[in-house]
Amino acid sequence: MDFAASLKLIAPELLMSVSGLVLLLVSAWVGDKASRAISVAAAVVLGACFFLVAPAVCSGASGPDTLAFGGQFSADAFAGLAKLMIFAAGGAALVIAPAFFERFNAMRAEYPVLILFAVLGMSIMVSARDLITLYIGLELNSLAAYVLAAFLRTDDRSAEAGLKYFVLGALASGILLFGMSLTYGFTGTTSFEGIRVALNGEMAMGALFGLIFMLAGLAFKISAVPFHMWTPDVYEGAPTPVTAFFASAPKVAALALTMRVTLEAFGAQDDAWRQIVIFAAIASIVIGALGAIGQSNLKRLLAYSSINNVGFILIGLAAGTPAGASAMLVYLAIYVAMTVGGFVAVLMLKDENGNSVEAIADIAGLSRTRPALAFCLMLVMFSLAGIPPLFGFWGKFVVFQAAVNAGFVALAAIGIAASVIGAFYYIKVVKVMYFDEPADVVKGESDWAHWALLAISALAISPLGYLLTPWLGNLADKAAAVLFLGV
Amino acid sequence: MIQVLAFYLFAALTIASATLVIMARNPVHSVLWLIVAFFNAAGLMVLVGAEFIAMLLVIVYVGAVAVLFLFVVMMLDIDFAELRAGFVKNFPLGMLIAVVLAAELVLGIGAYRAGSLELGTPDGSAAPLLGKSNIESIGALLYTKYLFLFESAGIILLVAMIGAIVLTHRERKGTRPQIISKQVRRRPEDATVNVKPEVGQGVQL
Amino acid sequence: MSSILIIVFLPLLASAIAGLGNRALGNTVAKSVTTAGLFISCGLSWPIFISFLTGAAEPTVVPVLQWVHSGNMTFDWALRVDTLTAIMLVVITSVSALVHLYSWGYMSDDPDQPRFFSYLSLFTFAMLMLVTADNLVQMFFGWEGVGLASYLLIGFWFKKPSAGAAAIKAFVVNRVGDLGFMLGIFGTFLVFQTTSIPEILAAAPALKGASTIGFLGMRFDTLTILCLLLFIGAMGKSAQLGLHTWLPDAMEGPTPVSALIHAATMVTAGVFMVCRLSPMFQAAPDALTVVTFIGAATCFFAATVGTTQWDIKRVIAYSTCSQLGYMFFAAGVGAYGAAMFHLFTHAFFKALLFLGAGSVIHAMHHEQDMRYYGNLRKHIPITFWAMMAGTLAITGVGILGVFGFAGFYSKDSILEAAFASGTEMGRTAFWLGAFAALLTSFYSWRLMFLTFWGKPRWSQSEHIQHAVHDEHGHADHGHDHAHDDHHSHGEHDDGTAGYHPHESPWVMLTPLIILSVGAVFAGFVFSPYFIDSEHFWQGAIYYNEHLIHSMHGVPLWVKLTATAVMLIGFVVAWFAYIKDTSIPRKFVDQFRNLHAFLYNKWYFDELYNLIFVKPAFWLGRQLWLKGDVGLIDRFGPNGAAWVVEKGAVVARKVQSGYLYSYALVMLLGLVAAISWMMVQ
Repeated sequence: MDFAASLKLIAPELLMSVSGLVLLLVSAWVGDKASRAISVAAAVVLGACFFLVAPAVCSGASGPDTLAFGGQFSADAFAGLAKLMIFAAGGAALVIAPAFFERFNAMRAEYPVLILFAVLGMSIMVSARDLITLYIGLELNSLAAYVLAAFLRTDDRSAEAGLKYFVLGALASGILLFGMSLTYGFTGTTSFEGIRVALNGEMAMGALFGLIFMLAGLAFKISAVPFHMWTPDVYEGAPTPVTAFFASAPKVAALALTMRVTLEAFGAQDDAWRQIVIFAAIASIVIGALGAIGQSNLKRLLAYSSINNVGFILIGLAAGTPAGASAMLVYLAIYVAMTVGGFVAVLMLKDENGNSVEAIADIAGLSRTRPALAFCLMLVMFSLAGIPPLFGFWGKFVVFQAAVNAGFVALAAIGIAASVIGAFYYIKVVKVMYFDEPADVVKGESDWAHWALLAISALAISPLGYLLTPWLGNLADKAAAVLFLGV
Repeated sequence: MIQVLAFYLFAALTIASATLVIMARNPVHSVLWLIVAFFNAAGLMVLVGAEFIAMLLVIVYVGAVAVLFLFVVMMLDIDFAELRAGFVKNFPLGMLIAVVLAAELVLGIGAYRAGSLELGTPDGSAAPLLGKSNIESIGALLYTKYLFLFESAGIILLVAMIGAIVLTHRERKGTRPQIISKQVRRRPEDATVNVKPEVGQGVQL
Repeated sequence: MSSILIIVFLPLLASAIAGLGNRALGNTVAKSVTTAGLFISCGLSWPIFISFLTGAAEPTVVPVLQWVHSGNMTFDWALRVDTLTAIMLVVITSVSALVHLYSWGYMSDDPDQPRFFSYLSLFTFAMLMLVTADNLVQMFFGWEGVGLASYLLIGFWFKKPSAGAAAIKAFVVNRVGDLGFMLGIFGTFLVFQTTSIPEILAAAPALKGASTIGFLGMRFDTLTILCLLLFIGAMGKSAQLGLHTWLPDAMEGPTPVSALIHAATMVTAGVFMVCRLSPMFQAAPDALTVVTFIGAATCFFAATVGTTQWDIKRVIAYSTCSQLGYMFFAAGVGAYGAAMFHLFTHAFFKALLFLGAGSVIHAMHHEQDMRYYGNLRKHIPITFWAMMAGTLAITGVGILGVFGFAGFYSKDSILEAAFASGTEMGRTAFWLGAFAALLTSFYSWRLMFLTFWGKPRWSQSEHIQHAVHDEHGHADHGHDHAHDDHHSHGEHDDGTAGYHPHESPWVMLTPLIILSVGAVFAGFVFSPYFIDSEHFWQGAIYYNEHLIHSMHGVPLWVKLTATAVMLIGFVVAWFAYIKDTSIPRKFVDQFRNLHAFLYNKWYFDELYNLIFVKPAFWLGRQLWLKGDVGLIDRFGPNGAAWVVEKGAVVARKVQSGYLYSYALVMLLGLVAAISWMMVQ
């Protein structure tokens, strides 16, 4: 085994680990005074990793040259594209956090370090080509996430969120591990490649069980129905920057991992998982839409929205084609922009004492008191609803197109019909902001970093985003092709 | 023959004690049952020749984790009656699910091919080194093939540690800890003042 | 001939500027932009027309844009310019430009002037689109465009309920016609596999009597049914008997609109369409018979109604309806040139009459009832002379072979053609037309006598009383008027109530004068081209050489009929309204039923209310309450919303916040997935 080559391939992960350790030491010695500096440093690290990964994405890297440590880890274009999104979302979570936590006097130097390690975990997840790598990455990310959810420990809701997330996450991990052990038992190997080779032919019932258990564990991470129950509670309770992070980066990582497991490891057994994925997709869309109706809290609403969106993304997976996988990646990229934009906008809603405003009733008439903010939030909502001139429509469009081309017309039709239900609550938010009498609660001024991030997200999801489609589609196609090499 | 008997003994006891962990009314009993489960699991490990894992189970899980659990359970003031309320409510359905799941697993895995399990053949990449002990084999794998994952696992533990500190450590204000360096640096002339008060005037400090 | 692009699209541009700029732009800018645009269009149109007159121009087609290429259906935006179009171009742009100018004065007090001028220009654009159409779909676009503009302009004073109702009526009645037109277009495409007008016209003669088509379960001659369907469209737009009811009500719109849309241009679209498709109609003799009949019947019907109306605009509206009837039966007997000629002259004198009426109304503070007029020739002499020119033109005053006003040439040639056609329907049309000419003369002079002669009668008019009161109110503030006040109070019993009508401003009088010139000379100058010159038409319409010959060979009494009946009508009107003003009263008492029948417009509105409107309302109500609300809403949107709402409640309930239930749901999902896979 050529260690040097392997180390080169894991350069971004190495960089993150080493800088995470260094920053941890700095935070231990200097204390919370340094938290802003450490955040900036962590963001710079993520930026550097971004550029380390970018070449592989652009060149569409694939094949044996991208495999490190005997095939446990793959630095291919697919992993690269997912990492780019994860790094971007992680960077956003770093940028928006200090201003938020300082309001509660709760900014601590460990926050950027934990984010960095969570991102490291996700980075390992998306590169996993081995069950053990998968689990290590997942747990690294999860553990950091549990702590982050409870980061505002003086806030009961935050503590409750952390606890719920931890307990249910542990259960999901158990299910996942059980599935992995069954899979190992029936295939005799932990590598995805080996699993596919071993399963080429009829699938033993035990291996099928392993697959289902693994899917269940992964479904928890992507909060697909019926493993979504934690999402609204955790998203609502966790500090808003953390929620923004949860809703974006881990979704990308877990979905990418799900794609790897289903399309790479179980790629030859697509009949076995397709029905489950279809069910999860439809159920997520419907439950996500239904649950969001009647929510009075913006973060909870966005939580259901993320469940809903995961459903749409899974439609691409159900297609099981390279076009479907590519569509998922495109959707994910747009989704990250929309989600970050949405949560940053929510983050910027503050009353005169600097406390967060999360109730939908409190943003009534926002268009008159804070027109710019209301406009950005409106863009986000319309985009999430998939109203055509905005970029969110494109994501839905490519996914449905992939499904239709793969012959799943009914699935696409149901998805389109259900998206109408979803449009209801998105547009309701817009209606409250634009047509109701001003509640005049939102007062506080916002950090420039928030404005900048919101502006970038709004610009990305605006119709200008369509300028990106050829470039994004090309990258996604190259990345998706990696998963289908062995077929 | 004796091996089979031992396997079923250990397996049955593991399952039984694991069940009792969640069934026991007293949390202290639960932890104790957990220790029993760990021991039996260690026995299973010995049976398949993984003596190092068996030792780890006993030393780490029984010696450290379970004892820690005991301490936590005994130190925390938890209203178990309240906790159990939801448990009792959901117990029948939960039990039903467990039974169904177990039945399906048995049916699916065990009886699928009328008794003969078709397990996959290990690909041999993790085969023990011939003539070496368990520890050596594991060590050889961990530091070569699984180096990356081993180090990553280290980071997981680090994160867990950070998490524990972040969530529980707080700087106590108003306490007066002993600062030794300050004590050492202190000079007599800083600490004492020589005054000669006039009679009837009191002391001006 | 790319000036056609400017002619057509300049009004659109002006309309967009005025309409979108609206109040931000201000009245003067909006008015100037639209009016200037129209005058430029008009200035560019006349050279085209003259070049066709001199025979210098060839028919051309100017492509604009690709439009629809779908399967074997292909049509593009293209502007067709031939003699027919050139005539319409000058008519539309000239009248429209003059009406724009006139409206500066007429609408000067209106708060919404930019909107008004924007609509006017939009209408002009749509009308130009219609007449330049190279295919039926483009013609339909213009057709609907003018319908829309007409709707908007009739309802321009939308705060008046009657205006809103009239606008809706015009729209709905036109939809009935449009349905026929649409079916006609569909059918034409079905039969000819093209919507291009030249291709259809080239192919039509071969189909004469040679094919049948199934329609409503029966077999008909293809061309007859197509032509009849298209003619239904023409009937709607041109207010022919049956679909005419909207035109009198359309007088709710501002008077310049009546002049432009409901007299000179839009209502002639039907005539234009029949002439444009004349080779096709010529191949369907049965359809032509129907056209002749409807035209003659309308001509007669509207003239009878016109004799009894009191509202000055309604009289002219029925007159318009009647004159359109002339055009149609001219087309019906094959004299398309005569039809177009009458359209051309009619545009001038009818626009003149309407604008003159507008000037009268303006002078009389929006009083439109002729019973409250009288002796106005002293007060508004220029308007009077303009109206006189219009009346001479419409009644067809002239001496055979010497000189005549516009209507003299066009109406005479129509009557001659009807007589000369030799068919039974042609003869019927001739007699109906001749009688209608008598009535035309009568009601036109009745209008003139009631308005401009006799004694002032406006003291009873509410409008005038309001106006006088308002003036008193103003006068209270100024001492200079105190004497006038006294003076006016003293004159109460002479029927003026102290009110003195005053002549309209020059922006309104100038168009009147220009149109008067047209009304006087248009017939004399252009008659040789329109009627007798095949070279002038260059194949733009079906030119019936034989008919023209026999027209010139009709007996002398036929040629003199029109003049004779005109004189009779004049004399009767003179007796009734100048000599002995009690005659009308006696006549009405004598023939009470006949008068009521005519006064109530043959009870068409009542009949339609009974047959169509009420059942339609009933049906609509049923469909709304039982169909929409009871069925579709209940099981459609409302039902879905109900399900969604209930689902949302359930989804919220399941989300209890307890860890147990969350874990339970996860495990349930897992077990369900495994069970499903095992069952499979």
